[in-house]
Amino acid sequence: MTEFSKLSISSAIKGLNNKDFTSVELTQYYIEKIQENSNLNCFITPTFETALEMAKKSDENITKKKQRSLEGIPIGMKDLFCTNGTRTTAGSKILENFIPFYESTVSENLWNSGAIMLGKTNMDEFAMGSANTTSFFGNVINPLNPKSSKNSELVPGGSSGGSASAVCSGLCMGATGSDTGGSIRQPASFCGIVGLKPTYGRCSRFGMIAFASSLDQAGPITKTVEDSALMLQSMASFDQKDSTSSRKKIPNFLDFKNIEIKGKKIGIPKEYLIDGLNSEIRRVWDQGVNWFKSEGAEIVDISLPHTNSALPAYYIIAPAEASANLARYDGIRYGFRENEKDIKELYEKTRGKGFGKEVKRRLMIGTYVLSAGYYDAYYLKALKVRKLISNDFEEVFKSCDLILTPTTPNVAFPIGEKQTDPIEMYLNDVLTVPASLAGLPAISVPSGFNDEMLPIGLQIIGRPFDEISVLSAGSMIERLRGF
Amino acid sequence: MEYLIDGSMNKWELILGLEVHAQISSRSKLFSEAPTNWGADPNSQVDLVDCGMPGALPVINEYCVEQAILTGLSLNARINKTSIFDRKNYFYPDLPQGYQISQFEYPIVGKGFIVINCDGVEKQIGITRLHLEQDAGKSMHDQEVESSFIDLNRSGCALMEIVSEPDMRSPTEAAEYVKKLRNILRYIGSCDGNMEKGNLRADVNVSVRLPGEELGTRCEIKNVNSIKFIQQAIDYESKRQVEILESGGSIKQETRLFDPNKGETRSMRGKEESHDYRYFPDPDLPPLVLTDEKINKLKKTLPELPDDKKKRLMSEFKLNDYDAEILVNDKDIAEFFESTVCGRDGKIVSNWVTGEVFSYLKRIEKNIKESKITSNKLGGLLDLVIDGTISNRQAKEIFEDFIDSDEDPRKFIQERGLVQLSDMNEIENLIKSVLQQNPKMVEDYKNGKEKLFGFFVGQVMKVSEGKANPKIVNETLKKLLK
Amino acid sequence: MSIDNSTVKKVASLARIEIKSDEEDTLIKELNNIILWVDELQKVNTDKVDPMLSVFNESMPMRQDIAKSNYSNKLIMKNSPKSNSGFFVVPKVVE
Repeated sequence: MTEFSKLSISSAIKGLNNKDFTSVELTQYYIEKIQENSNLNCFITPTFETALEMAKKSDENITKKKQRSLEGIPIGMKDLFCTNGTRTTAGSKILENFIPFYESTVSENLWNSGAIMLGKTNMDEFAMGSANTTSFFGNVINPLNPKSSKNSELVPGGSSGGSASAVCSGLCMGATGSDTGGSIRQPASFCGIVGLKPTYGRCSRFGMIAFASSLDQAGPITKTVEDSALMLQSMASFDQKDSTSSRKKIPNFLDFKNIEIKGKKIGIPKEYLIDGLNSEIRRVWDQGVNWFKSEGAEIVDISLPHTNSALPAYYIIAPAEASANLARYDGIRYGFRENEKDIKELYEKTRGKGFGKEVKRRLMIGTYVLSAGYYDAYYLKALKVRKLISNDFEEVFKSCDLILTPTTPNVAFPIGEKQTDPIEMYLNDVLTVPASLAGLPAISVPSGFNDEMLPIGLQIIGRPFDEISVLSAGSMIERLRGF
Repeated sequence: MEYLIDGSMNKWELILGLEVHAQISSRSKLFSEAPTNWGADPNSQVDLVDCGMPGALPVINEYCVEQAILTGLSLNARINKTSIFDRKNYFYPDLPQGYQISQFEYPIVGKGFIVINCDGVEKQIGITRLHLEQDAGKSMHDQEVESSFIDLNRSGCALMEIVSEPDMRSPTEAAEYVKKLRNILRYIGSCDGNMEKGNLRADVNVSVRLPGEELGTRCEIKNVNSIKFIQQAIDYESKRQVEILESGGSIKQETRLFDPNKGETRSMRGKEESHDYRYFPDPDLPPLVLTDEKINKLKKTLPELPDDKKKRLMSEFKLNDYDAEILVNDKDIAEFFESTVCGRDGKIVSNWVTGEVFSYLKRIEKNIKESKITSNKLGGLLDLVIDGTISNRQAKEIFEDFIDSDEDPRKFIQERGLVQLSDMNEIENLIKSVLQQNPKMVEDYKNGKEKLFGFFVGQVMKVSEGKANPKIVNETLKKLLK
Repeated sequence: MSIDNSTVKKVASLARIEIKSDEEDTLIKELNNIILWVDELQKVNTDKVDPMLSVFNESMPMRQDIAKSNYSNKLIMKNSPKSNSGFFVVPKVVE
C-alpha cells in the first residue's frame, strides 16, 4: 500500500494512472487526516461529500482513460475563492452565511482539470494579516513546533495560513492561496513548503474576493516546486471576465525542468539585508548564494534603492483599495446584517460588528488616506513611490535574470505574539511586498532550518511572466538543500 | 433680450449650468452583460457587478464607449485618447458596490460646445466635459411605512454625464439647451432622450449675481426630469436666492430637490456630510486608450447633425430659417420631411408638415412614428394637389380621414367624388356661361373694376361644385376677360 | 499629521463603521502610529515621477454589447437578509 502522506501531486498522478490506488481512496485518506487534525483549524468549511463525489467521477475518468491534468488530486481551496453552492466567508463574520451562486475562475479551472475540493481553507479575514490570527473562525495552528518546546504553538503565517498549514501537515496535496503583499510566500516559508505568487494578471481575479485589486494574485501552495508548476498550469488562464487578466501566452510551466541555472545572473539586493534580519536566515541566504554559484550561475550585487519605502507605500495603497472593495459589505443584499431602524445605523452596526479589528483598522487607514486633503500626501505619494519601486526592479533586471532574497525576516513565531502593535505584524511582509508592488512572479522555497528546526524559506523573484525561471531556480534549491 | 430677475431692491442676473445624465441606448449594461430593458420585474436584470457581489469584476461595453465618442464628436468636443475610470465612494442602499464607477480627472470627452437658438438668436453654450459612469439602482419609498424597497435593474446602466459651462442666463436658455442636446443625442442614437423614463435627466446649478459682479454661491437641483420642471425649478430657485440675498442673508451651497407638485425646491437632508467622495482610479480597470484610427472610423459614421441639416434644407429646398429650424428640431420629423420631399416641391411639403401634420399629431397626441402618417401617404396626396387632381383646400379637408384610412389616395378621392375638374374645354364652357349670365359685371370689370375678378372665380367654383382647378380657372378667366 | 478624536469620528462615519467608545483610544493610538510610520514616504523624492496606477500594462479589453440574463431574481436574492416581492428591503431612506 502506498504511503499517502509522502505523496507529491506529481507522484500521486502517476499512482492514480497506474491504478496503484484510486482517487476515492486518496480522498478518503485526506478526509480522515483532516478530521484527525481538526485542532489545527485549517478548514472553515469542509466539503467531504462533494470531494467523494468528485473523486468517484475522477476514478471513472481514469478508468476511461479520459483523465485531465489534475484528475483525482484532492486540494484545499482558500476561502477567498467563491465556490458555487459552497459557503465562502473570506474568514469574516460579515460573510459567515454567504453562499455564492457562481464560481471563481481559478477554482473552476482547477475543477475542470479534475482537482477535488476537500474544503475551504481558513485565512486571515479578507486576507488582512500575516499570522492567520484575524480569522473570525479562529486562528490556524502551524503543525511545526520548535525543537526545544514541543508544546509551543506557532502561527502558520498568513493570510493563506489554512492552506499552508494543511499542506504542511498533509491534510491535502496542495492548496490555493492568494498573495497581496506576501500572503502565499510568507506562510509557505513559515510552514516549510513551496508557495508561488505568479505575475499579476496571470490568474484571473474573477470570483476571488477582493482585498487590494491592483495587488491580489492567486497562486499555489504545495509540497514541491513541480507541484506548484502543475497547479499553476491549471489555475492560470486569460479570462474575459477580468479586465486585468493577461492575454500573454501561457507557457508549459513544467518546462522549468529544461531551464539551466548555469549562466544565469542572480541578483543579490543589498537593501534586503535589513536591520532585524535573523542571523540564521542570513546564513541560509548565504548558503543559497553558494548553491547558485555551484551550479554555475553568476552572482551579481544589485541595489533596489527604494526597498525601504515599499512597506509604507503598500500600507497606503492596499488599505485605500480595500476601503472601496469592502464597501459592498453593508448587510443589504447578502451577509451579516444588524437590523436597525435607520439606514446609517444599520451600516455602521453591521460593519462595526461584522468586521474584525484588523479589517476595521485598515478600512479606517484606507478611508483616511483617500479623504479630502490627504489624498495627495498619502495615496498619490504612495503611487509615485510604487512607480519608483517598479523602476528599481526594471533597472536591475537589465543586469540580472533572477533575484534571490529571504522570504521573511524571521521564522514562525508563537501564537499571541506581535498582537499589540499592528506595525510589528506588518513587518513580516517587508521582504515580500516589493515584488507585490511591482507585480512580479516570486516563489518561496524551503531552504534550511534554524537551530529550533523551524523552516526558513528563500524567495526568488523573476521578470514579469517569467515564472518558468523562478520555478527552475526553486527546483535547484530543492535539489541541493539536502532534505 | 436680457433676462433679469426683479428683486425688491435690485435686478439680478441668473447664472445656470447643467449636468445632464443621458442613459446610453445599449442592450447590456456598461460593465456587465445584464439587459437594460425598461419595466422588467424587480431585480431580474442584475449581474454580479450590478449587485456588488463578492469577487465581481467590471468589463466594459465597447458600444457604450463608441456612443460616448460619437456624442463627444457631435458636441464639437475633444476626444481624450486616454481616459481613466475612478471609484466614487459613498454609501447608499441603491449603490451596491459602495462606489460608483465614474470618470473624474480624466474623462473620455473634453471641452466642446453646442449652439442653441432662442427666439431666432443663436448662442453658443460651452460643454465642459462628458464622462461615462454607472447608473445607480432605484429606491422606492411608498410600499411600506417603515422601509424602502431596492430594485437594482437600473444599477450599472451606462450613463453619459454631460456637463455644461455656466453659460445660460435664463430658464428659456436652459430649456433650449436641453432640447438641443436631446435632439443631438437622438440624431446620433446614443440616447433616446426619454425624460419620463428617466433616460435623460438634469442636475441644474443655479446662482444669481448683480450684473458685472463675481459668481455667486450655487445650489444644485438634482434629477429634474422634464423640460417644464427645469424651467419651474430655476424660476423658483432663483427667486428664493434673490429673496435671501436681498434680506441680507447668504446662500448655502447645497443639493436641493425639486418637488413638481409644489413647484418648489427643498434642501436634501443628509446628502451634505457624505460629500467626501474619495475618488481614486479603479484598480479593476486599465486606462481606456483610444486610437486615432478608431476615432476617425467613428467620425465617418456620424450622421448629419441638426445644425448642418438645417443649413442644407434651407439651401436645397429654399426653406426659411424658421421652418427649417422646426423641421430639424425633431429627428423623426426631419427624416419624414426628407423622405416626403423627394421629387416634390420643398415649400409645399414643408408647409404641409409644419401645418397639417403637426396639428394632426398634436390632436392625436402621438409622434410621427406612432401615427399612421407615412411619407408615401402624404406624398401620394400631395402629388394629387401638385398635378391638379384636387385642390389644396380639398386635400386639407380630407387629410385626417385619408390618413386614418388605409386607402390609395387616388382611389380615396375618387370614391368621395373629389376629383378636381382640370379639363380646359369644360372649364372654358363653365366660364363662358358665367360671363354670359353676368353681362353688367363683365362690362364693369372691363371698365377698370378689377376687384370683380374674384367674383367671377367664385361663381365658376360654385357652378363646378368646387371641383374646378383654381389655377386653370384663373388663367382661363384672365384670357377670356381680355 | 496626526489623527485626533474628531478625525476618527469623521473617518469612521465615512467608512460607516461603528467605533465603540471603549475602542476609541486604542484605535486613535494605533492609527496615529501607522500614519506616523507611513509618513516616512514624505522623505522620498518623487518629483517628476508619475503615479503608478497599475502594473498591468495591457490594453483594456472590451465586450460586445450582447445582453445575457445570467442570474435570475431568485439567485440574486438568495443571500439577502431581508426581501419582499423581489425587492431588497432596507429601513426607510429619507431623501
